[in-house]
This record gives sequence, C-alpha cells and structure tokens, in this order.
Amino acid sequence: MAIATEPLREIAIVEKRRGYWGTVGRRLVRDPVSMICAGILLLIFLSAIFAPWLGLADPFRGSMITRLRPFGTEGHPLGTDELGRDMLSRLIYGGRLSLLIGILPVFNAFVIGTILGVIAGYNGGWANSAIMRTIDVFYAFPSVLLAIAISGALGAGVLNSIVSLTIVFIPPIARVAESVTTSVRNLDFVDAARASGASALTIMRVHVMGNVLGPIFVYATSLISVSMILAAGLSFLGLGTRPPQPEWGLMLNTLRTAIYVDPWLAALPGVMIFAVSIGFNLLSDGLRSAMDIRN
Amino acid sequence: MLEEIEDRGGPRQALLDIKGLKKHFPVSGGMLGKKQVVRAVDGVDFGVAKGETLGIVGESGCGKSTTARLLMHLIAPDAGSIVYDGTPIGRDLSLRELRRRMQMVFQDSYASLNPRLTIEDSIAFGPKVHGVPDAKARELARDLLGRVGLKPETFANRYPHELSGGQRQRVNIARALALKPRIVILDEAVSALDKSVEAQVLNLLIDLKRDFGLTYIFISHDLNVVRYVSDRVLVMYLGEVVEIGPVDEMWTNPRHPYTAALLASMPTLDPDRRTTQAPLAGDPPNPIDPPPGCRFHTRCPHAEPVCASTRPSLADAAPNHAVACLMHAANSGHSKAGTMLEAS
Amino acid sequence: MFVYLAKRLLYTIPIVFSVALVCFMLVHLSPGDPLVSILPADASAQLEARLREQYGFDRPLPVQFWIWITNALGGDLGNSIANGRPVLSEVLNAVGNTLLLACAASILGFALGMFFGLVAGYFRDTWIDKLATSIAIAGVSVPHYWLGMVLVIIFSVQLNWLPAVGAGSGSWTWTWAHVQYLILPAVTMAVIPMGIVTRTVRALVGDILSNDFVDALRAKGLGERRVFAHVVKNAAPTAIAVMGLQLGYLLGGSILIETVFSWPGTGFLLNTAIFQRDLPLLQGTILVLALFFVFLNLAVDLLQAMIDPRIKRG
Repeated sequence: MAIATEPLREIAIVEKRRGYWGTVGRRLVRDPVSMICAGILLLIFLSAIFAPWLGLADPFRGSMITRLRPFGTEGHPLGTDELGRDMLSRLIYGGRLSLLIGILPVFNAFVIGTILGVIAGYNGGWANSAIMRTIDVFYAFPSVLLAIAISGALGAGVLNSIVSLTIVFIPPIARVAESVTTSVRNLDFVDAARASGASALTIMRVHVMGNVLGPIFVYATSLISVSMILAAGLSFLGLGTRPPQPEWGLMLNTLRTAIYVDPWLAALPGVMIFAVSIGFNLLSDGLRSAMDIRN
Repeated sequence: MLEEIEDRGGPRQALLDIKGLKKHFPVSGGMLGKKQVVRAVDGVDFGVAKGETLGIVGESGCGKSTTARLLMHLIAPDAGSIVYDGTPIGRDLSLRELRRRMQMVFQDSYASLNPRLTIEDSIAFGPKVHGVPDAKARELARDLLGRVGLKPETFANRYPHELSGGQRQRVNIARALALKPRIVILDEAVSALDKSVEAQVLNLLIDLKRDFGLTYIFISHDLNVVRYVSDRVLVMYLGEVVEIGPVDEMWTNPRHPYTAALLASMPTLDPDRRTTQAPLAGDPPNPIDPPPGCRFHTRCPHAEPVCASTRPSLADAAPNHAVACLMHAANSGHSKAGTMLEAS
Repeated sequence: MFVYLAKRLLYTIPIVFSVALVCFMLVHLSPGDPLVSILPADASAQLEARLREQYGFDRPLPVQFWIWITNALGGDLGNSIANGRPVLSEVLNAVGNTLLLACAASILGFALGMFFGLVAGYFRDTWIDKLATSIAIAGVSVPHYWLGMVLVIIFSVQLNWLPAVGAGSGSWTWTWAHVQYLILPAVTMAVIPMGIVTRTVRALVGDILSNDFVDALRAKGLGERRVFAHVVKNAAPTAIAVMGLQLGYLLGGSILIETVFSWPGTGFLLNTAIFQRDLPLLQGTILVLALFFVFLNLAVDLLQAMIDPRIKRG
C-alpha cells in the first residue's frame, strides 16, 4: 500500500475544523469596519422594531404651536417637524417602513432571481435562452427609470413600490446567478456527481446550491444600498407611502419646505437613509473579502 | 452496503465493447448561421478486456477526453453502442447501473472536488445516492481513505483547499472506488501532478487495480506513463482510432505512420534510439473540416494520392493488433500496400 | 470583427422592439381605465366613446400596439392627455435640458473618478488610497436627492452663492446667468458616476500594475512618471466605457435630481406625467429615454470593440 509522502500543510492541521461558513464568519468578525457597520445597522433595526416600547413621543401627534422646533428642545431632542411632530420618534418609527420597502424587494428578487438564474445556468439550452433574453429586455432600461416607470404606471403605494423594485432587482441577480451557476456547472465535480448516478435535483441541492448561494447572496447584499436609496426616492417623489406615515423619503419630501427655516432639521431623514445605505455597502464589501478564502 | 458486481460472461468476454461511437458538437457558424460540427469522436470501435489497462493516446483535441465522457454518458453520444459484459447499455442496463460499474477520475484534482464538502462527504456522496445509509457510507469513505494512503483521522474532515494536488487526486481515486466499480476511467488523472508525486500515484493505481480487481482505461498524452501502466494502447487521431494493439509490440513495431511519428517525437536520452525520421510537423487539421480519405494524409510521409480519396478501415495487421492505414490493406491502391504486412 | 459589429447591430433590433413592447404594456399595467383621468366628471357616454375611439382604447391590444409602434416609427408618440400637445415635441424639448445636465455631470464625475481611481490604485493601501476609496463608497451610497438638498442648504440658503432651483429664464446660453443654475444639480448628479469610476479605475490600475509588462518597463529604466502614463493609457478605454454606460443611467435616473432642483428636463416631465396620470406622455418619455440608453450601450460596445483588439465577442 502506497503512503502519502507529500508534505502536509501544518497550519491546516492546527486549525480547528469549522467548515466554510465558520471560517467566513470568523474573518468577518475580525474586520473592524464591518463590525462597526453591523453594530450601527443592528441599532437602527432594533430601535425600529422595538419603537413602541422605547417610550418615544407619538410620531403622529403634532401641534401647530410647536412646529419646527430646533435640536435640543425640551422633550424633543431632535426638534419637531413641519407639523410639530417629534423628529426623533418619527425617525425611529420611519425606519420600520423605510427598511421594509428597502430590503424586501432585494429579498424577493434574491429568491426569484436565484431560481431563474440557477435554472438557466444549470440547464443551458433553450431554458437559458428564454430566461436570459427576457432579462436582457429589462437591462435595456436604466434601473431608476424602470422603477419609476413601473411605480408610476401602477400608481402610488407601498405595495406597488415593493413590486416595482423587485422587478428592477430580479434581472441583475438572475444574471449573476446564471453566470455563477454556469461556471460551477462546468466544474468536474458536478460531472463526478453525475457520474455517481445522482439525479439532477440531488446534484443541484448538494453540489450546485452550496457553491452558488454564497456569491449570489453577497451580490444581493450589495444591492440593498441601492434599493434603500431608490425606495426612499420613490417615497420622496410621492410614489411610496402617503402622509402622515413616517417614512424617511417622504419625510425628506415634506420637510423640503422647511429648508429656509431650519435647514439642518430638514436634512435629518436623509442622514438615516445615508447611514443604512453606506452601512450595507461596507458590510457587503467586508463579506465579499471574508468569503474570498483562498486569499 | 453496496453489493459486489457479479461477473457474467467469464474472463474471455470483453468487459466493454464499443461500436461506432460518435459525437459531433455543433458550433455556431459564421453570420448566416451555417451549421457546422466538430467531429470530436467520429465512429470509434474498440473493446476492453477484463482486468486489463487500456491506454488511450493522441494529441490534444483528438477526442480522447470526449470518448471518456461518452463512455460515462456525461455527454450523450450521437450514435454507437456500448455493451457492458454482454449487456447492451440503455436497453438492459440503465445509466444509473452503468455508473455503478464504471467510474472516472478527472485531470483537475481541485475542480473535481466540491469545495464546500469535506473529503469524507465527497467520497460518501456516491454510495449515499445508491441507498447506502449515512453512517455506513462514512465508514466506507474512511476505509477508502486508508486504502489510498491518506490517514482517515487526519483527512476525513478536511476541505479540498487544505490538501495538496497529489492528496486531492488520491481522494478523487477513493471517490471513484466508493461505488465498487469494475472499470475506472483515468482521464489524464496524473498529468497535472509533479513528477515525483505522479510516480507515487501511478504506483497506488497499480496496487489498487490488483487489490480490487479493476479494469482501467488510462487516457494520457504522456507516452512514457502510458507505456508504464498499459497492457494495450489505442491511438486516436482526429476523432478516429488509427491503431490499437499490445503496448510492447506497438513500441517496438508501430504499424501506423502516425503512431510511429508520435513515438519518434518522444524525447529520449538513449543515443541509439534517436531517430532520423521527420518528427510530426504542424498542428492537426481542423476537426470541423477533416481531410477526406485518410485523415492523417496531410501530415503523413508515406501519403499517396489514393490516401486522399479512400478512407482506410481498422483491420487486423497482426493477431490482436489492428491498424487503419492503406499501406496495411492488401490491394488498397497504395504502392506499399501489403508490403508492410509481410515485413512485420 | 465585422461579424461582431454586424451581430451586435442585429441584436439591437429585438431589444428595441421589446423595449417598445414594455413601454406599451406599462399603460395597461396601470389599474383602472386610462381614460377616466381625462374625462370630466360629468362626461356624457357619447363623449367617452368618442375619446375612447380617438385614443384607440377600444381596439384589441395587439392592434393597439401595432398602431402605436407604427406611429412611433413615424415620429408620432400621440398627444398628451393633459394638455393635448404632441408627446414627441414635449419630450424632445425636455431631453435637451436633461442631456445638458447629464453630460455636465458625466464629465465632472469622470474627471473626478479618474483622478481618485488613479491615485488610489497607484498608492494602494496608503492613507491616500483609503481616503479616495472612502469618497467613492460615500459617492455610491449617498441618496443623491438628499445630497442635492444639502448642497442647496449650504450654497443657496446659507451662503447664498448659487440659485436653489430652476434653469434660469429664457433659452439656455453659456453665460453665468444660466451656468450658475447648472452647478448644483450637475455636482449632485456627478457623485454616483464619480464613485463608480473611482472603484473601476482603482481595480484596473491594480491589475495593470501587477502585470509583467510594468515590471519590464521599470526594468528598462523608465521613470515612474512614464510608467504612470502607461497605466493611464491602459486604464482609459475601460473607464470611458464605464462612463458611457453611466451617462445612460444618469439620463434615465435624473428624475429625482430634477425634482429637487426643479430642472425642466425629462425627469420633471415624468413627474408631471405620473401625477396627472398622463399615460401617453409617460409612455413616450420612457420610450425615448430607454432608446437613448439602448443606443448608448450599442455605441459603447462598438467603440470598445474598435479600441480594444482583444475583444472578439460573439
């Protein structure tokens, strides 16, 4: 019996076996930028979810006497808006809808786009042509224009803006899914799995999905930033939610009239959008480099 | 556990009998979408005897690897029949059952292992597909790791990127053996390894063949390696078999001019074996539009007008040794026809 | 090469057709009867029927599409429901302003992106790189409509240096009276392409510097400045291609910025069309913008194929 005499990679033995995602997680935790972003995002998320239990002022109740109070006003640490409603409360409550309409479309598109892309990539042939050529059509529209066109045609509303953004993000995700799946599909281990007599479904589940979901997921997280900006943008145009719902884009719109009175107060909702958007962008970058394990 | 595959026809029945195997890949033609095909494998016949190692050689692009993938049905053949131990595939033997009996090791040791699975999971996958319970499959995987010279306790839970090329190829061999096949196709399985590692893996393959009673189809462009492991050798050129015969005879007395040229182009350190024959010139012709007649006539030193019009068929030139060359066919019209036959 | 060009051109035909189909379907995606929005509340059944026939809403969909697309090919995109004027002339009036804004933003974004990207890539992993990369990430993450507001707050409200909204009175001239209106929206719009070009160029420079030929240049004794010139030369074609696509995105995505600055372009037109439910106008504007984008893509691809001999796609 032959015995392997090639040198072993010593580090690999010392390290405890954690599997791929364990290693990625550990690398991500070691990245300070990612951790700061994750912390800030977590804070925004948790405060939005638990807003009713934070003892905040009623985000809907205003008073014409207390309109546009500056920062640091008694009882209103971030001042009040154009109808005298508490800004802090509205910013925190606003996160509920803003985060939902920003993130849900990407999640929907991740599910649908991955299914379409993996089917196209794994099967090739006419299924690939049918799916990918249809997607090319949507690529012929700039994303903002497409979102506004669909949203504008469907009419204003939260559901409509989620639908239109979902349609906007399916094509790019499906394209990434298709190209990743095609490259994985052509690797010999898929042939080896076929050679072992496994069914197409088993091969997809065990050998394809595990290798394509990671890259597609990272790509999808990078889209959340754009989606947040677009979703709030639709609301800003009046295509999303309606007053008096607190939502960052809509708040930015209604506060525009106040820029001559209290300019920095008017800019506050944008800071929230910016913070979430840049947070997801940096986190996505961190995740991408953490997943590049061979480096 | 997977039961052993029974032998059916006895030792004299060929384990594999391949007839008229054909695969043409469509390529999108020019602007007008003219349909063109690459004749990757163009009517290949050969047999594989039980317990032998059949080497397949040829320049890159000659159809060696496509033949391997056709045998495994990783790509569907356009035409041809494959008979396994007397049983035609497709009719009496399902693809799934064929794949239990025939396994393959690929050239790229990294690409042929799923990077997200541990070594143990990769090896156990095949048996599990065939209904072996998880625990049993893992046990089998660890056992096989030992058989290919990798300590199970060290390697079972590792991932492919933590292994060297040679170690990974051992894993791929173990994975191929996990289904207890009778035939293993080794498609350039050692070509990507360092020379010293290659020798170790080759010796491992020889040991495993003896221990498991395997039959090998050994595909390689490295003639030295082929000679070392093979009993018989099959030479392919542009999708066709040009010569097939016992390795020693082939090396001492190649019948086909292409075989002779291939062997002559081998680097040698032995001054007595240096050849004055012209080495193989140029690249093989385009397989989209192969030359008519004998496909080798454009590069053959013995080519005559008849070679461009008549396609030679594979015929016995000696016992157990077949050649497709007009010089070896009596009354073919070639000026040397028949003379070569007598000379040998 | 010729085959690639021909293929790319041919491929544009079905894309243009599908784009037209999508634009056409937009109207039928919208809930309710498009006619309702233009009818006076007390409209008689006769008037309704007459208008329905006039706009062709009574025919089957494929027929409507056929009529619409043949008219569109002849330059007739129908009339605006709101004001009755031809959609095409409305759109073409607005497109000029949007093009002006998008081109100014592209030039600015490209120049800044090129500069930051080259510097970041060349001084990789130094503080300069970190600074330029941060600017780039901020550029692609910022809600630009908010940035526009912030710039208005700083430069119009507080410093009172530049006008907050509009494009000046009368038709456009290259005088300060008009250019001052362009500055804030163009800077706002330039931020996203700036970020994208920076990232692209930084990665390109990294790739180029890791190539052997750069070492060869250095080995030949070429000064760092000449090496840098080589890097710029090799990075430029890809950067230009990226910028070309960005110009298309800016044209199509200008609505938010035009709304913030009340810039009289296509975005402003879209906004009007959406809120007055002027569907022919919506349809026509989107069609024109999408076609701009398709042909810009085509131009970029062809240009790239001509510049870069390595590209032999198809």
